[in-house]
Amino acid sequence: MSAFLEVVELAKQWSHTVTVGPISLGIGRGEIVALLGPSGSGKTTVLRLLAGFETPDAGRIAVEGEDVTGVPPARRRFGMVFQHYALFPHLDVGENVAFGLAASGERGAVMAKVAQVLALVDLASFERRKVQELSGGQQQRVALARALAPEPRVLLLDEPLSNLDPALRERTRRELRALIQRVGITTLFVTHEQEEAFDLGDRVAVLNGGRLEQLGTPDELYERPASLFVATFVGRANVFRGRAARAFGGREGETIVVRPERLRFADAGFPGVVRERRYTGPAAFFLVEGDDGVRFEVQAEPDAATVGQRVYVQAARTTGFVEPAP
Amino acid sequence: MSRRRYLGELALTLLLGWLVLYPIAILALEAAAPGAWRDFVGRPGEWRALWATIWISVASVALAAVIGVPLAFLFEWLEFPGRRTLGSLIALPAVLPPFVGVIAFLFLYGESGFVARAVQALFGLEQSPWRLQGAAAILLVHAYSMYVYFYLFTRAGLAKLDWSMLEAAQALGAGRWATLRRVTLPLIRPSLAGATLLVFMTALGSFSAPYVFGGGFRVMTTQIVASKLNGELALATVETVVLAVVAIVGLALLRRGEGEDILVALGKGTAPRRRPIRRAGVRGLATAAGWLFAVLLLLPHLTLLLVSLVPYGSWTTETLPPVLSLVNYRRLFAEPARLEPLLNSGWMAAVSTLGAVALALVAGELLRRRSPGAWRHPIESLLALPWALPGTVFAIALAATFSVHSPLTLRWVLVGSVTLLPLAYLVRNLPVTGRAVLAGYRQLDPALEEAAASLGAGRWATFRRVTLPLLKPALAAGGSLAFVAALGDFVTSIVLYTYDNRPISIEIMSSLRVSELGVAGAFGVILMLASALVLGIGARR
Repeated sequence: MSAFLEVVELAKQWSHTVTVGPISLGIGRGEIVALLGPSGSGKTTVLRLLAGFETPDAGRIAVEGEDVTGVPPARRRFGMVFQHYALFPHLDVGENVAFGLAASGERGAVMAKVAQVLALVDLASFERRKVQELSGGQQQRVALARALAPEPRVLLLDEPLSNLDPALRERTRRELRALIQRVGITTLFVTHEQEEAFDLGDRVAVLNGGRLEQLGTPDELYERPASLFVATFVGRANVFRGRAARAFGGREGETIVVRPERLRFADAGFPGVVRERRYTGPAAFFLVEGDDGVRFEVQAEPDAATVGQRVYVQAARTTGFVEPAP
Repeated sequence: MSRRRYLGELALTLLLGWLVLYPIAILALEAAAPGAWRDFVGRPGEWRALWATIWISVASVALAAVIGVPLAFLFEWLEFPGRRTLGSLIALPAVLPPFVGVIAFLFLYGESGFVARAVQALFGLEQSPWRLQGAAAILLVHAYSMYVYFYLFTRAGLAKLDWSMLEAAQALGAGRWATLRRVTLPLIRPSLAGATLLVFMTALGSFSAPYVFGGGFRVMTTQIVASKLNGELALATVETVVLAVVAIVGLALLRRGEGEDILVALGKGTAPRRRPIRRAGVRGLATAAGWLFAVLLLLPHLTLLLVSLVPYGSWTTETLPPVLSLVNYRRLFAEPARLEPLLNSGWMAAVSTLGAVALALVAGELLRRRSPGAWRHPIESLLALPWALPGTVFAIALAATFSVHSPLTLRWVLVGSVTLLPLAYLVRNLPVTGRAVLAGYRQLDPALEEAAASLGAGRWATFRRVTLPLLKPALAAGGSLAFVAALGDFVTSIVLYTYDNRPISIEIMSSLRVSELGVAGAFGVILMLASALVLGIGARR
């Protein structure tokens, strides 16, 4: 099956040292994909290349088989929600939402469409409100409504939740996902938060240093990371080398990654001393210093050990990433 | 509010009222005298001048916008060789006294200017090919000197623009023109409105260009001065009141057009990026246009420099002056009678600037408390009022007020004394120093004053050791602008000068009248250099 949105060997060189790509992605119709990576990893550049605000040096972008690489943003029919929303301050909510429609239809139809889209984002009858008067969450929904109104083929979101306060973020995340699924639009969004990427995305593309490290479902990224970077960037992870690696089931020369919840205290195993305990409610993280000086985290019952206690650690399962001996 | 502060504010309000409002009130009262209006209403020339003032001002706004706005887009959005240098060069007309620009124009494009001579020589003409006179000449000078407001304001507006707005418009299907029309221009509307207001008010009060180039074509400012010189004082008073009313109505209309909605982008947005011009041909064209424009703009001032080097009587029919020497400058400094105008302008500008800055500081100090004082609004309005009225209006009003000895009504005879002109400069400069100093005070953190107090500093010590040093940039900016305006002033001077305090601009005029072009040029160059120097110092942080 060929993908709805296809990105092939897309590359953009910023300077001699900074390059994004080449990146290849295939995204199915209606799929939600997160672009996840640390700052400077090129995720926003990829989004802007897709939107057409940046011109790639190489590669191509196709929607339903139609090559859109050279199509200017105005005719690409990709909707975009900007990080700071970019709502037009000289227009009211209704005029903002109608902006992409104005050229296409007669007045009654435009107004009906605006009302329909605003209802979709739960802002029915907000047409005549000024955008400055809205709360952060409402502004975000107006931006979303504005992007969706012209019925774009692909929706692009740049850090859609970063401007909201943490309390609002989680609720908005769920609403956003429900909304996107209801509309059924193919969506790409940029985030630097793993939780957001996992919660909102059907699949997650992890970027690092301008390159695509891995594209997969959250489960795949967590359970079968394709690189040491993905293993350590996604979720908490202990990296073991040498003797410690062998103690947890690695072979000679291998580097292994074991998640804190896959380690447990036992009567025998890798020896160490508990240096810190961080209580999180249902469990606690114990920072253990191994006899060879390696420090790692173990997640266990809150009363499993105390600071200063000598412990032995075993791996329940050697999951995560195994880098073979060189 | 403490009693002392209340009394302080009251005293300042009364002082400013006496300086700013009282003369206008006297003027209005005198204009209300029966019979004063008969001449104005009855003479068609008056109505023609009034109409000319209005349409010249509107046309000046249009011309300045047509030049300034595209230039701003060119320099703010595109990247091409020489952009930085040229970008600041073409802002130059803003920093030079308008009167110097007018004289420079005369030397360059006037009847016997360089361009006319060149054309005459080229085609072997008997006479000068044109006369730089009338409405067209005035508009040319206005466009040249006032496009800068549109250029600077538009650039500032574009620089603040949130780039993601434009991208959002594109993502929603708007093409380049639609984005410009529906997003960019509405967003920079406050800048455009500000420039419109400034150009309109400047053109309305413009005197130098109509005076030098108007000929038989009169606007209100030149009409007023002519009436006064003819001894028709009642008529001059009525004309002045009419001009003041036009100014206030214009200001009110434009303010209304400015709108009240504050167009603040939400969030921090992204800064605009300059686009390099990719096509070599277009890039070359933009660069060439930029340089050509810069040369065109600098040409008048270079001309002034050249003319200042021409000895008296040595240049008659030749296209270019045959002899160049520094003799004019030597005469300026060797002959006491010629040096005097320089000294006069110097001390009057200094004294009036100090006075205007001092009054602004007093206002700032009184109004700095966070609780709004009872007199905040009147004080701020009085400080700003002289900006709303043309210089001619204030000059006539001051002349009317201080030509009567009546201490009980706070009027003394100052006409004919050397004090009236610097007093007029001071009043004219109150808006500039007031705005700069009050803005400086607004940026002060009130906690600093409290910190100084908690460390044992008294009010005066706090002012001297904390407030003044922090206000230095604002004082330098406001003070240098005020000084330069006073140094180059022509419009107030021509109404109020006496022989003993004749300033540079008046001396330039009389040099021109006796055809001492070189001396006039030398005065102009010195005025130009002094202005540039002072503004350079004022802009340094």
